[in-house]
Amino acid sequence: MSWAQTLRTGLANVRAHTMRSALTVLGILIGIAAVILTVGLGLGTQRDVSAQISALGSDLLIVTPGSSTSSGGVRGGFGSATTLTRTDAEALASPVNAPDVAAVAAEKTLSAQLDANDTNWTTAVTGTTASWLDVRGRELEVGRFLTEDDDTARAAVMVLGPETATELFGTTRVVGQSVVVSGTSFQVVGVLAAAGSSADSNLDDVAVVPLSTAAEQLVGGTQRDAVSTIYLQAASTGQLSAAYQEADQLLLHLHGVRSADDADFTISSQDALVSTATAVYRTLTVLLTGIAGISLLVGGIGVMNIMLVSVTERTREIGLRKALGAPPWAIRRQFLVEAGVLGLVGGLLGAALGVVGAQVLPGLLDTSIVVSGLAVGGSVGVALAIGLVFGVYPATRAARLAPIDALRAE
Amino acid sequence: MADPTTTAALLAGAAGTTGTATPVIDLAGARKTYRTGSVEFEALRGVDLRIEPGEYVAIVGPSGSGKSTLMNVLGCLDVLTAGSYRLAGEDVEELDEVELAQVRNRRVGFVFQQFHLLPSLSAVRNVELPLTYRDTSAAERRARAVTALERVGLGDKLDNRPGELSGGQQQRVAVARALVGEPDLLLADEPTGNLDSTSTRDVLGLLDELHAQGRTVVLITHEQEVAARARRTVRVRDGLVVSDEVGA
Repeated sequence: MSWAQTLRTGLANVRAHTMRSALTVLGILIGIAAVILTVGLGLGTQRDVSAQISALGSDLLIVTPGSSTSSGGVRGGFGSATTLTRTDAEALASPVNAPDVAAVAAEKTLSAQLDANDTNWTTAVTGTTASWLDVRGRELEVGRFLTEDDDTARAAVMVLGPETATELFGTTRVVGQSVVVSGTSFQVVGVLAAAGSSADSNLDDVAVVPLSTAAEQLVGGTQRDAVSTIYLQAASTGQLSAAYQEADQLLLHLHGVRSADDADFTISSQDALVSTATAVYRTLTVLLTGIAGISLLVGGIGVMNIMLVSVTERTREIGLRKALGAPPWAIRRQFLVEAGVLGLVGGLLGAALGVVGAQVLPGLLDTSIVVSGLAVGGSVGVALAIGLVFGVYPATRAARLAPIDALRAE
Repeated sequence: MADPTTTAALLAGAAGTTGTATPVIDLAGARKTYRTGSVEFEALRGVDLRIEPGEYVAIVGPSGSGKSTLMNVLGCLDVLTAGSYRLAGEDVEELDEVELAQVRNRRVGFVFQQFHLLPSLSAVRNVELPLTYRDTSAAERRARAVTALERVGLGDKLDNRPGELSGGQQQRVAVARALVGEPDLLLADEPTGNLDSTSTRDVLGLLDELHAQGRTVVLITHEQEVAARARRTVRVRDGLVVSDEVGA
């Protein structure tokens, strides 16, 4: 019996029991759709998170004071030390010292109360330089950002985050307004465009002032030259590790530290963050796919069940075909093809449902689902394989039936 | 398409020359023992039977006589415990399951009491079945099935399903299916057991015609009037041939 004929007979038999075949196919269909959607959801979330993190700059290095790998006895906790200074930032900005570093933005962050008219709002006040806007990948909604001259002149100017502006003035159209911080009156020159929240802070609730102004007017004393973070932008993503080496060596040298183990600063990159987040979501995706896979397994058992019923029901047909000269392999192939057809039809419909679901669900759930061709093709293949694998036992049983017993069956 | 031995056998049968041609059935010392747990049952206890090409033989006997076992052995549906069986010169005791399937397909045409037509297939598709297990092209299969159906007088029922046909018509479809592969042997097991008297006459008349055309027909029955149609009657009892008579 040729393949085409076996397939035609298989299709006819599947069609002959429409309801039963439909229910069997449904089991596979749900499993496949579930796999495609969970894999898609996992990939989508992973992509979103990666995109959010790289929006911060995948070519960014972050230098913070203190060591996360401190081996000494008494040392300030990570982030609490004040070992980084503006001098460090300026040294890092030199193309001679660190040729792979394209831009540097030092940040001095403190929490302070902002007063405007009769409203007040406590937020993170960030002292920094003109390069901050580019290095942090931010944009302005209105007005201008801080300039080199503002820093040189220690100008009392301020750029507000959109949320801060709204809290203080009820609007973001606030250029020209005055905000008082620690007795110094700052003129608002611009408002940042909204950027959302990062892992540990609200990027839209911030007040940015020149680094020099922050040092002199808001901090003063021995802490005036200290900075809380230095952002380094590598010339390109590929030069990130070179920039890391240069910054590390330069800061060790400047701080007079001989061994990297004793470093009083920490350099981290967004890369590390991305890979951590990616790993977390990958684990989650694997878990969800596993659960969806179990439903697929249940669907496969459904195929086996139906094929066993079919073999029992068609015992006489098997007997007749054998009497007419069907060799065992032809019978086995017949039942395998039917099981495969059930699996394949379930797979194709499941893939279709998955693809449709991937178009509809993101609108309802506010998540993105990435349907990869690999996931769709793969799961259709898996569905076919499941049909075949779970069809082997029933088909073998059919092929082993003795023709005389099968013919005599009621 | 018929293989040369088949054609030779048919010609020999038609010419009425027996003895010189290879017998269609050559059973010698045939024994068949069934074992159910520790209980042994000897269904055939040493049967010798030769049937020449072109013969029309009825095998009769009461139920439990071993005639069903004999029919299964003759049709290569079952194998002997001891003894030898040559079907159209081929020693089938040596064959494995796949080869036996091929022998059934090429050498034996079955007609069963319960017709055993597939209800989902049209008459012509049912008749095509034996050819689907050979390398026959779809067009040739169809052509031969149509010819076979016309031969049994059902040329106008090609696309009817078994459910749409009377019992006699269904059995005629089954006869067409048995003929389509040009077998050496037409083996009919109680072919009229499920038919009324009109259909019985109808089907037996068809078997007579086929015999007249030179086919070798072996009929298994317990009905005397059916057996009376055959030229030769072989009586079986308790697993042995008790008489073998050639009638008028």
